[in-house]
Amino acid sequence: MALDLFKEKGVPVERQAFTWKDLVRRPYSKMDDDAFTRTRVILMNGIEADALRMKHIFARLSLELRPHLALVRRAEHHQQTLVNWLTPPDQKVIETTLGFEQLAIEVTASVAIHEPDPYLAQTYRFGMLEDFDHLYRYSALYDRLEGQDPNNITQSYTDIIPGRPTSVEHRHPLDDLRRPYDRKAADPLSKLHAMTITASEFQTHDYYMTVGPTFTDPVARQLYAEIASIEEQHVTQYGSLMDPGESLLEKWMLHEAMEVYNYHSCLAYETNPRIKEVWQRFVDYELGHLHYVMELFKSLEQRDPAEVLPRTLPEPIAFKEHREFVRKVLSQEVDMRSDGTEYVDKSQLPPDHRTLVYQAQLNSEGSPSETAAAGYKWRPGTELAAKAERMGSVLEGRRLQ
Amino acid sequence: MSKDTLADVGMNRTGIKTSPVDSKDIIAEAERAEPSSPGDARAIAEVRKQYMREAGDGLGRVPPPASLKGMAKTAVDMLKGGKPTVLIDKLGERLAFERTGVRLYEGALSKLEVFGSWEGGPSRELLMKILDDELSHFALLTEALEKLGADPTAMTPSADLTSVISMGVPAAISDPRTNLRQATQALLVAELTDNASWELLIDLARGLGHDTLADRFTLALDAEAEHLALVKGWLASGVATEARAPMDSASVPAQP
Repeated sequence: MALDLFKEKGVPVERQAFTWKDLVRRPYSKMDDDAFTRTRVILMNGIEADALRMKHIFARLSLELRPHLALVRRAEHHQQTLVNWLTPPDQKVIETTLGFEQLAIEVTASVAIHEPDPYLAQTYRFGMLEDFDHLYRYSALYDRLEGQDPNNITQSYTDIIPGRPTSVEHRHPLDDLRRPYDRKAADPLSKLHAMTITASEFQTHDYYMTVGPTFTDPVARQLYAEIASIEEQHVTQYGSLMDPGESLLEKWMLHEAMEVYNYHSCLAYETNPRIKEVWQRFVDYELGHLHYVMELFKSLEQRDPAEVLPRTLPEPIAFKEHREFVRKVLSQEVDMRSDGTEYVDKSQLPPDHRTLVYQAQLNSEGSPSETAAAGYKWRPGTELAAKAERMGSVLEGRRLQ
Repeated sequence: MSKDTLADVGMNRTGIKTSPVDSKDIIAEAERAEPSSPGDARAIAEVRKQYMREAGDGLGRVPPPASLKGMAKTAVDMLKGGKPTVLIDKLGERLAFERTGVRLYEGALSKLEVFGSWEGGPSRELLMKILDDELSHFALLTEALEKLGADPTAMTPSADLTSVISMGVPAAISDPRTNLRQATQALLVAELTDNASWELLIDLARGLGHDTLADRFTLALDAEAEHLALVKGWLASGVATEARAPMDSASVPAQP
């Protein structure tokens, strides 16, 4: 049953209360829970982080909205804490990183499939192939740093193979900008999609910037530096899909609807009952926020929220594997490049194109993503499994002299 | 190229004696202030205990046997009164540890190439031999798990726990600022754990009636015992070499 955004009022903001014990609850299991539970926790942490970020920026821009933003933001801060603290402490930073990239691939694929606007859909496919390559690079790093199998995290949902090579993803900033949707003409789903993916990429950027320096290995530090740079490009790319003509309140109201939509999608797919309960609670909290902002929209802007919001929520984001779709896009669009806001084949970029000049300079002292994954082929049990097979076991009893 | 060691003298600002005037002042101020709430460090333990009681299934569980044949074999074990998942869990742990061990010795080999060795220190040949042993132990454990019908690619709870416990070992070795002597200290942690864990695994396998397996594991333990003796020896001679060096020297010269 589709959720009616106008009828369902959720929990009012003033009744959204937490305790420290409530915020820090039992995490999911890194090994027993479904990989998509991990990706949902990552996604919703990113969505809440974006809710906070946006509200802080808006508070700098509007004295009128400031108290309202402060009220709703506090609830969202605590929602973010509860969600993010569901991450189990035995999940290492690089394992969480693999979860980030798997999320980026699968959620962007779902969004690309359901996006009604062809230009926006192409943008999602374009970005997805890049995150797809990041999963491969980080997998190689995980295997080679620790001798561990990245598929233990991705659970055979997602291919671990190269996409558009990270080394050619580095673009001149002006080649990351995209044409925004038109706030009056765009399908509401397009707006929800753009906000979702921007939020998700923003948290990925922030996460890599935070955890990159925690590694001792120089290639790991370089790889996080390199991929963080692409995430910054992705934030630029996806952020520019949004119409700057929307008012602050319009953007805020859409953001709350997007939060409802995302929690609602998580709820539709969650397999862990303890986590499902969290998604249900936060669907209700976000509906409370949405209705709070709808009232502001009516009173301060004298506009009808129905001008902007869909009556009911669209089909949920599909938390499932999209291997067939990803492989098809990979085979058809891996050589796409960007020239300004448009997509072209790589053969169409002249050798002195600003992006090629920029890329050559950045890669001039070597490419971390190429180094980390040099000759890398994932196989079950890590790339060492093949070597061990050749080596044979200690049946004869190897001895040191 | 040279590399200073742990024991070289230089500016270090961590001690209280670095700032005699300021430290006296902050100590006095800390003595004057009262804690904001009563109690002591046991308050933390109370919260930990509360969370322990609510921890549910713990880290995770051992996956079910993957093949029908394995299921039959496991069922036989169950009839004998054993809980085969314990063995599978520990085999999975050893497998993951040996595989990580290969990466550790790869790291040690890089250190050797840059910083060189010392008298009584590791040679390339010996490091390579240990690396190969770790690989063959990985192969042995893969084989053992497959025979029991278990999935050798699964991360078992004990494998996960051991990797959390030893998280600092690969980090210490991949840090470009540590030299081969310091890396050897990290290898010692790994080898000590390795030896004790193989011993435990052999007892467990024998106790469950897997004598053939236990015999083969004994060969692996023999190799591990030699690794431990070697690593201990390298470390001892490395530290001694350093201690004998003049105060102002950088003790470990690099090989070109």
